[in-house]
Amino acid sequence: MKKVVIIGNGMVGYKFCEKFVASERFNEYKLTVFGEEPRRAYDRVHLSEYYAGKTAEDLSMSSATWYEENNIDLHTSEMITEINRIEKTVANHRGTKYEYDYLIFATGSSAFVPPIPGVEKEGVFVYRTIEDLEATEAYAKKLKAAGKTEAAVLGGGLLGLEAANAVKNLGLNAHVIEFAPRLMPRQLDKGASDMLQSKIEELGLQVHLSKQTQYIQGDKSIEGLQYIDETELKVDMLVVSAGIRPRDEVARECGLEVGTRGGIIVNQKMQTSDSNIYAIGECALLNNMIYGLVAPGYDMAEIALNQITGGDNTMPEYIDMSTQLKLIGTEVASFGDALNEAKEDIDEITYVNKRTGIYKRINVAKNGKKLLGGILVGDSSDYNALFQIYNTAMKLPENPEDLILGSRGGDNGSLLGDVMDLPDEAQICSCESVTKGQICGAIQNGEAKDLADVVSCTKAGTGCGGCKPMVKDLTDATLKSLGIEVKDNVCEHFDYNRQELYDIIQIKGYTSFDEILDKKGNGGHGCELCKPLIASLMATIHADTANKEYVIQDSNDRFLANIQRNGTYSVVPRIAGGELTPQQLIDLGEIGKKYDLYTKITGGQRIDFFGATLNQLPKIWKDLIDKGFESGHAYGKSLRTVKSCVGSTWCRYGMDESVSFAIELENRYRGMRSPHKIKGGVSGCIRECAEARGKDFGVIAVEGGWNLYVGGNGGATPRHAELLAEQIDNETVIKYIDRFLMFYMRTAKPLQRTAAWLDRLEGGIEHLKEVVINDKLGIAADLDTEMNTLVNKFECEWKQAIEDPETMKRFSHFVNSDEDDDNLVFVPLRDQKMPEHWK
Amino acid sequence: MEEILEIYKTTTTEEVTVWFKAAKISDFPKNGGACIKYKEKQIAVFNFERKNMWYACQNVCPHKMEMVLSRGMTGDHQGTPKIACPMHKKTFSLENGKNLNGDLAPIATYPVKLEGDNVYVGFAE
Repeated sequence: MKKVVIIGNGMVGYKFCEKFVASERFNEYKLTVFGEEPRRAYDRVHLSEYYAGKTAEDLSMSSATWYEENNIDLHTSEMITEINRIEKTVANHRGTKYEYDYLIFATGSSAFVPPIPGVEKEGVFVYRTIEDLEATEAYAKKLKAAGKTEAAVLGGGLLGLEAANAVKNLGLNAHVIEFAPRLMPRQLDKGASDMLQSKIEELGLQVHLSKQTQYIQGDKSIEGLQYIDETELKVDMLVVSAGIRPRDEVARECGLEVGTRGGIIVNQKMQTSDSNIYAIGECALLNNMIYGLVAPGYDMAEIALNQITGGDNTMPEYIDMSTQLKLIGTEVASFGDALNEAKEDIDEITYVNKRTGIYKRINVAKNGKKLLGGILVGDSSDYNALFQIYNTAMKLPENPEDLILGSRGGDNGSLLGDVMDLPDEAQICSCESVTKGQICGAIQNGEAKDLADVVSCTKAGTGCGGCKPMVKDLTDATLKSLGIEVKDNVCEHFDYNRQELYDIIQIKGYTSFDEILDKKGNGGHGCELCKPLIASLMATIHADTANKEYVIQDSNDRFLANIQRNGTYSVVPRIAGGELTPQQLIDLGEIGKKYDLYTKITGGQRIDFFGATLNQLPKIWKDLIDKGFESGHAYGKSLRTVKSCVGSTWCRYGMDESVSFAIELENRYRGMRSPHKIKGGVSGCIRECAEARGKDFGVIAVEGGWNLYVGGNGGATPRHAELLAEQIDNETVIKYIDRFLMFYMRTAKPLQRTAAWLDRLEGGIEHLKEVVINDKLGIAADLDTEMNTLVNKFECEWKQAIEDPETMKRFSHFVNSDEDDDNLVFVPLRDQKMPEHWK
Repeated sequence: MEEILEIYKTTTTEEVTVWFKAAKISDFPKNGGACIKYKEKQIAVFNFERKNMWYACQNVCPHKMEMVLSRGMTGDHQGTPKIACPMHKKTFSLENGKNLNGDLAPIATYPVKLEGDNVYVGFAE
C-alpha cells in the first residue's frame, strides 16, 4: 500500500480525501491527514453563519466518523514542522515521524495583516478560523457590556464583507474600511460597487472608501483608526481582512521552490519542484497566481489525485474565477472578464435600477457575437444562464441587451432557451466541476433514476447549490427524452400525486388517514410527507379543523402553534385587517405580561407572543378567547392575514375603504387549509401601502372599483401578483378570489405557493382568467359551492380545543408529570427574553 | 451541550434492570407519541397502533439538542418505523436509532412492554 500524507485539513484538503475515497484505486493507498486546528475540516466560506446560530458541527464538512469509516488517520491539533525529502518522512512538532510515498500540501493560507503601527493592540483580530471568531465574539461581549458598539473591518473585499456581516451579527455597528475607491475591487466596477454599498448601508453598515490607515490609535487597546488624509474613525474593535498569505513556511524550509511573494510553486500537474510532493488550494502558486476561491482549489485536488493514481490530467492554462454569492443579504455575481482587464475592444451594456437595487453589466465583443464577462448585483438569478453562454461561447441574441433586460416581446422564455441545447461539455456545477454530459449520462446509463440519484452520483449541486434548478431541468428533460414518465408521487406510501389524491378523497368520501392508506396506499404506515398532505386535503374537502385527526397533522397544526428554536411555541391571535382597539391592545399586553412572553409585531400586522411552553398554550388561549380573540392560524398552511393600509376612512388619498374590505376578506377565508400558506392585501389607492401585489391575492382601489391581482409573493423569489380583473365591485372581487383560491387548492402540488403554481400553470394568467371569469372549464359553480361550504363551516379550532378535555391532554410536555420541559434556558434580550443560542 | 446526550444509552430488552411503569395505554395517542419523565431523563414513547408495536427513544434530537422528538410525526421508511423531528424533519429509525436522512449521531432507543392497561419502558441502571 502506498502512503499518502496530507498536510492541512481545510476545505481543499478534505475534498482531496473525499475524491480519493470515491476513486477506483482508493484501496491501494493509505491516507494520513494532519490538521493544526482542533476541529475536522469545516466550511470556511460560510463562517459568518457561526454568529447567526450555526454550530461548528453544522459547518463541518463531514460526520465525526467519516475518516474512521474510510480508514483515514486524522491527526487534529497536530502541526507538521519538518520534512525530510530524502528519507521521505514528515515530523510533527513533538518529533514523531511518518513516512510518505506522496506528500500533499493543503496548508491553505493565513490572514495577511498589513504592517500598520498598532496592529498588536488589544481589540485587533483577524477573520479566518472558528477560534478567531470565538475570540472576536468574547471581545464583542466585553465591549457591549461596557456600552461600546463601534467595530471596523479593514478590507472591503469578499472576505472583508463577510467579516463585516459577522461583526454586525454580534450586535455591533460595523464599518467597512477599503483602500480602493470601490468595494470588492477585484470583482466589481464602480457602478456595481455603488449599488452594493447602498444595499448594505440600508442594513446599517457603514462603508468608508479610499481610506488608508496610517496607525491604530489607543494606549493598550484600540480606540480608533488614524487615516493618512488626517481624518479618523473612532472604533472599539478592528477585524483585519486585508487579504491572504499562503502558508508555505514548511515547504520553504525543506527546499521546495516558492514564489517571491509566497506560495509553493507548482506545474500544471500540481506538482511542486519535488515530483513526489504536490500542493493544492490557497498555498499553491499556479501560473504565478494564488487562487483564493474554493472551486479552483477543488479542481486542483482532482488533478493531484488523478496524477498520483496514474492519470495524465492537468490544470488548464486559464482558470475561471467566476463567483456567485450572497453578501449581507445581497446577491452578487461576476463572471469571465468582468472588468475587461484584457482590454479587449468591447461594448459594455449596463442596466441600473436604483429603485429595486439592481445593477447588471455585460461585456460583449464588438462584433456582437460573444459574451466576455459580466457583473450582477441585487439579482443574480440569471447568473447560471449567463455563465453558460459565456463559458460555452454560445451565439448571442440579435440584441445582446436582451440578456440582461429579458426579451421584451412578451414571451417569458428562459435566457438559454432549452437547457438540452447546451453542449455536453458545458459545466453546470462549477463547485464540483460537473458537466451537462455527466448529468445526462448518469441517467442515460441507468446509474440515476431521479434527481436525488443524479445529485448523489455526480455531486452536482452539493456545493453552493446555485445550479440546482438547472440540474433539475436537465434531469427532467433527460428522463422525458428516454420516455420515462416523471411521476410526482407524494412519497413512497402512495402512487399518486396531490391532485389525484384530492380527486380520490372527494369521490370516495374517505374521512380518515388509515382508510386512505389501507384502500389506496402501498402497504406502509405513512410518513411526514403524506400525513400532513392528506390532513390538508381532508380539511379542504370536508371543512375539518386540525383537531379532527391530530396525529397526522404537521407539528405546528398538531399543537395549534408555531414551534420555535428551543421547542417552545409562539402564539398569534387573529387581528383581521390589522385593526384593533386600544382596549384589545391593553388586553394583549396584559396576557403577554402574565405569561412573560417575548412580544413582537409581525409582518402581517399582528402581534406575536414567543416562548410559550406546551403546558401554557391552552391557558394563554383561554385568556385570549375570554377577551374575544380567536386563532390566527399562523401555524397552518392556511390564510394568514389580509394586510391593509388605512384607506379612505382616514387617508386623504384613499379611493375606497381598504380596511373594511380587508377585514371582510380575512374573515371570509380564515381557517381554510390550503397547499401552502396564503396571504392577502388590500390597498386604498395605487400608492399601494399594503404591498398587495406581493401577496397571493391583492386588491387595489382605483377609479371605478377594485383591481384584483393574484399569484404574488415576497420571500426568496419575489414575484409581483398579476392582474386578473380590473375595476370590479366588492362582490365580484370576492367571487373571483373564491374561484381562484379553490382552483389553486384543487390543483397545486404539495407546499406550492400560488406564485409558483401560476408560473407553472399551462397558459398562465390568461388561462386563469378563462377559468375564473369565463368559466371555460365549466367548474365555476362547483368552485363557488365548495368555497361557500368552507366559509360557512368555519370554527375557531382553539375554542374547540379548550372546550374539550380529551383534546386538552395533548398540551402537556409529559404524560406522567405536570412539570414543564426542564431543558429550557432563556437569556435576557433588550428588556425581554430569548432562548439560549444553539451551541 | 453534548452532556445532555450522555445520559441516554441504547438499551436492549436483555439489558433491562428496571421496567418503569410510565403511564396508561390510553394516555398515548394512537399512531403518535408522547413524552414521559423518568428520573432526569425525557423519553419519547410511540404507539404504532397499525402495527401493534410500541417504541421508545430519547426525547432530545441530536441535531439541535431540543426536547422535541415525542412531538414529531411517526411513519415508516421502506418498512422501518421512524420518527421525524418537528424542528427540521430529521428522521430516525426507531429500531436502531440511526439517522435516516443525514449523518447525525444515532439516537438511543429503549424497549417498551405492555402489561394490563399500563405501558412500561425498560432501563439498565
